[in-house]
Amino acid sequence: MRTTARLISFAGLGLTLLPCLLLFRGIISWETHTQLMFAGMLCWFVFAPLWMKSGRS
Amino acid sequence: MRSGKRASLTERLDSLYEFDREPVKEQSLQGIGNFIGMYAGEHVAGTEFVIGPLFVVHGVTAGDLFLGLIVGNLLAVLSWAFLCAPVALKTRLTLYWQLRKICGPYLTAIYSIVNALMFCFLAGAMIAVSATAVGLPFNMPMPGLTDIYPNSVSWVLIVFLVGFVVTGLAILGFEKFSHFSKICAPWMFLVFVAAGIAVLPQLGCHSPGDFWRVANEKIWTGIPLQGQTKFTFWHVMFFAWFCNMAMHIGMADMSILRYARKWYYGFASVFGMFFGHFAAWICSGILCAAAKGSVAPGPIAYLGAGVTGAVCVVIAGWTTANPTLYRAGLALQVATPDWKRWKVTLVAGTVTTIAACFPALVMRLLDFVALYGLILMPMGAVIFADFWLLPRLGLKSDFAAETGVSINWAAAVSWLVTLGLVMLFPLEIFFKGLPGWFIVVILYILLSFIQQKRTNSGSIPLEA
Repeated sequence: MRTTARLISFAGLGLTLLPCLLLFRGIISWETHTQLMFAGMLCWFVFAPLWMKSGRS
Repeated sequence: MRSGKRASLTERLDSLYEFDREPVKEQSLQGIGNFIGMYAGEHVAGTEFVIGPLFVVHGVTAGDLFLGLIVGNLLAVLSWAFLCAPVALKTRLTLYWQLRKICGPYLTAIYSIVNALMFCFLAGAMIAVSATAVGLPFNMPMPGLTDIYPNSVSWVLIVFLVGFVVTGLAILGFEKFSHFSKICAPWMFLVFVAAGIAVLPQLGCHSPGDFWRVANEKIWTGIPLQGQTKFTFWHVMFFAWFCNMAMHIGMADMSILRYARKWYYGFASVFGMFFGHFAAWICSGILCAAAKGSVAPGPIAYLGAGVTGAVCVVIAGWTTANPTLYRAGLALQVATPDWKRWKVTLVAGTVTTIAACFPALVMRLLDFVALYGLILMPMGAVIFADFWLLPRLGLKSDFAAETGVSINWAAAVSWLVTLGLVMLFPLEIFFKGLPGWFIVVILYILLSFIQQKRTNSGSIPLEA
C-alpha cells in the first residue's frame, strides 16, 4: 500500500514538472499544461501524506 | 467549576506543551528531514512572488542577479550554520529564554513584545498574500498599491478564513506544521519552476540556448522603471543575505534549531535559500516580465500554472505564516508566563489576522522586512558575544541569571545605541546590518567589562 502511494505521489510530482517542458517545446497547449499540473497536485496531496511520516518517532 | 468537555479540550491543548521553557530533551530531538522540509517550505513563500519582480523593477542585470543571489544566499546559509545553530544546540533553549538569562526579565519582556509584534505583522503579510490568491475565483476586488484600509467585505472574510486555518495549524505545534511543510515543500518548488518555464516561450525563449539572451534583453534588462533606484550586485547580495537577518544573525531560529541533533543541521537552510529564494525569485522575475510588469501574486502564479499556481501561492503563504506565528506565540509567552502556549498563539493569531485585513501591510512589505531584521539583529549579536566572547575575555556570561538583575544595562544600551547609530548612517537600509553587528558586539563587550567590574567591586551583589 505504502509503495503504491509512493509511486502515485511521485507520478504527481512528474505531472507537476513535465507538462511545462512539453509546453516549452511546443508539444502541448497551455490548457493541457494546467490540467496536467492540477492532476499532479491532486495525486501528490492525496497520496504523499500516506507515506510521508511525521518527524517524531 | 469547569465542565468536563471544556476541561478535556483544555487538557488536550495543554498537552501540546513543547518544552518551551526548559532545554529540549533528548527524546524530543528531530531528524534532519524535518528541518529540510521546514526551511524549504518556509522560504518558498507567497512573498517570493513580490520580491522577484522587485529586482526586475529595480533594473538589476542578469549577471548581477545570479551572482548576487549565489553569494548572498550562501552567506545566509553560513550564518545559520555557524552563528545560530551552535548556540541553539549548546543551550537547547529558545531565543527568549536564553535572552532572559543574559538580559533579565524586564528587558527580555520588552524585546519579546517588540519581537512578537514584528512576527505578527510578518505573518499577517503572508496571510494577506494568500488571500489574494484565494480571492481569485470569486473575482474579489484586489487591494491596490495605495490602499491602506480593507476595500471590501469579501476581502475581510477571506483574510479571516485564511487566518483561522493558519492560527489553528500554529496551535497544533512544531511537529504538525513541520509535517505540513514537509509534504508541501517538494511540490511547491516544482510549481514555481514549472510556472517560470511555462512562460518562457512568451518571452521569445524556445530553447535552453536562448535563455541568457532573453534574460538580459527581456527580463533583467539593467534598466530600472521610472522613479525606481538602480540595483547592483551589492543590493542583491545584501538583500539575499539580510532578508532573514532576524532568523540567523538575530538568532530567532534558536527556537527551531534547538530541536536539531547536530549543529550542521543549520546547513538545512540551503534548501530554503537555493531551492527556495534563489529559484523562486528567478521564476517570479520571469513571470513578472511575462505579465508585463504585474506584481500581484495570485494572477502571476495563475499565468504560469493555472489553478495549481494560485493554490501554490495560498499554500506558500500558509507554510511561511505558520512558523512565524509559532515564533510569535513563543515570544509572547515570555511576557505572559502564566499562559499556555496555545492560548498565547490564539491571541497572536487574532492580532495577526486583524492586521492582515489592512493592505498597507503587504504594500510596504519590503521596507518592513528590512526594518524588522535590523531591529532584532542586535540581540542576536549580544547572545553571540555573551556566549562565545565574554568567557574568553575573563567575563561572566548570563549576567542577569548570575546577579538576579531585572535589566542588563550593557545589553540594553548596546541595542538602543546601535540602532540609533545605524539609522544615522547614510546607507540604504539593507547595508546597515553589517556595520551594526560589529558595533553591538564591541559595545556589549566594553559595557559588560564596566558593568562586571562594578559588580565585582560590590556595587551589585552577586546571587548566592
